[in-house]
Amino acid sequence: MSQKVLLNATAINIILHRLACQLIENHDDFSNTVLIGIQPRGSFLAKRLAELLKTEYKIKDLKLGLLDITFYRDDFRRGDKTLTANSTEIDFEIENKKVVFIDDVLYTGRSIRSALTAIQSFGRPDDIELLTLIDRRFSRHLPIQPDYRGRQVDAINEEKVKVNWIENEGEDCVYLVRN
Amino acid sequence: MSELSVNHLLGIKYLNKQDVELIFQTADHFKEVINRPIKKVPSLRDITIANLFFENSTRTKLSFELAEKRLSADVINFSAAQSSVKKGETLIDTVNNILSMKVDMVVMRHPNPGASVFLSKHINANIINAGDGAHEHPTQALLDSYSIRERLGEVAGKNVVIVGDILHSRVALSNIYALKLQGANVKVCGPKTLLPKYIEKLGVTVETDLRKALNWCDVANMLRVQNERMDISYFPSTREYTQQFGVNKALLDSLDKEITIMHPGPINRGVEITSDVADSKQAIILDQVQNGVAVRMAVIYLLASKLKQ
Repeated sequence: MSQKVLLNATAINIILHRLACQLIENHDDFSNTVLIGIQPRGSFLAKRLAELLKTEYKIKDLKLGLLDITFYRDDFRRGDKTLTANSTEIDFEIENKKVVFIDDVLYTGRSIRSALTAIQSFGRPDDIELLTLIDRRFSRHLPIQPDYRGRQVDAINEEKVKVNWIENEGEDCVYLVRN
Repeated sequence: MSELSVNHLLGIKYLNKQDVELIFQTADHFKEVINRPIKKVPSLRDITIANLFFENSTRTKLSFELAEKRLSADVINFSAAQSSVKKGETLIDTVNNILSMKVDMVVMRHPNPGASVFLSKHINANIINAGDGAHEHPTQALLDSYSIRERLGEVAGKNVVIVGDILHSRVALSNIYALKLQGANVKVCGPKTLLPKYIEKLGVTVETDLRKALNWCDVANMLRVQNERMDISYFPSTREYTQQFGVNKALLDSLDKEITIMHPGPINRGVEITSDVADSKQAIILDQVQNGVAVRMAVIYLLASKLKQ
């Protein structure tokens, strides 16, 4: 196994600031916008972005929720393992809101497809946008593209993109792993 | 650990501690799901489940059916009263006929103990026991433990007394297995005639004085007197049973601490518990019913995920 650093902590920090500014450009004071982190891995990025928007860019009433898509996935009973769920934490209204999905890596697009179904259980949003830190292009199974992307990566299917966060793995870093 | 160790839920006896913990963690997620504006997930949309009820049921049948529908499974219902069982068809024939219509899972209630174990050896489908005679009622015990966990934080180390007709109760047996598995202390309390002779072999203690038992416990699970299973008289009169083993508000208020009251339903109001107890804040009877749907969703989901494509 070999791994290559795609983004180091400094690069991630710069990208997070850029993504935060792009969000502000489109969503102003976030009064009609909610951020939804896709569980499990998208929650780290979502929390980090929310924190940045609050502290550095003085957004006061920012609504952040976490959405678990396990029960909406299209690969139930197709793999070897039972799909294990994570918690969903959405304690605000979705109806008529602008929703921004936040995930770390966009790969086949299937998770986002599931998230699009899952969010409907909470109401009918005005529109839904997608923000991802890494966009693995050329590997999409569905017609889904991000509205905000941190870095576009050309990786072949045998490779894996691993995103580490200080909160979880003790470092901010994105690796390209080859088996 | 993210998979059940069993392919059927025949009884708590066949589960291990990790299975119970996995079911509870999954039920936590489903409890959140059933409190959403849209209470349905598409996971089981390609699964068909048959509910076979060879014995009457209201709560369990509704709860299973709701759980199945909230998971998007297709559901067929069968009750023995309106079927060919009356014409002399055997259990295996009945079930095989239903399975030939491409059914993936069977939820069965049957008056004979061991019916679901028997069935699991002869047919090719996942089976969930929804009560077999006086043997086991595993989903009831799971939802009871889940409700205790929700109310008191955890089941381990808690003192639980099961009061009433232990002899005829599948709820009591499944609860004893489930509570012991999770490290709770269990006592049974009731008239001597309704306590099985060797019940202590299951690791429980016996108490015939209700007040002593209530003063000891954190949770009292009040069972229904099952008149339909009693072929002889086990106590002189209902009135005398109520005086000795019925819980009323005055008795609860006179205890040293506030205990939690549970009841698997249906309640004989005024017999095992009075109305003011059943409707009080100490009772979690309706929480048990709500948790029943979430726990059954978890069991069905986890068993269904072992059905390979």
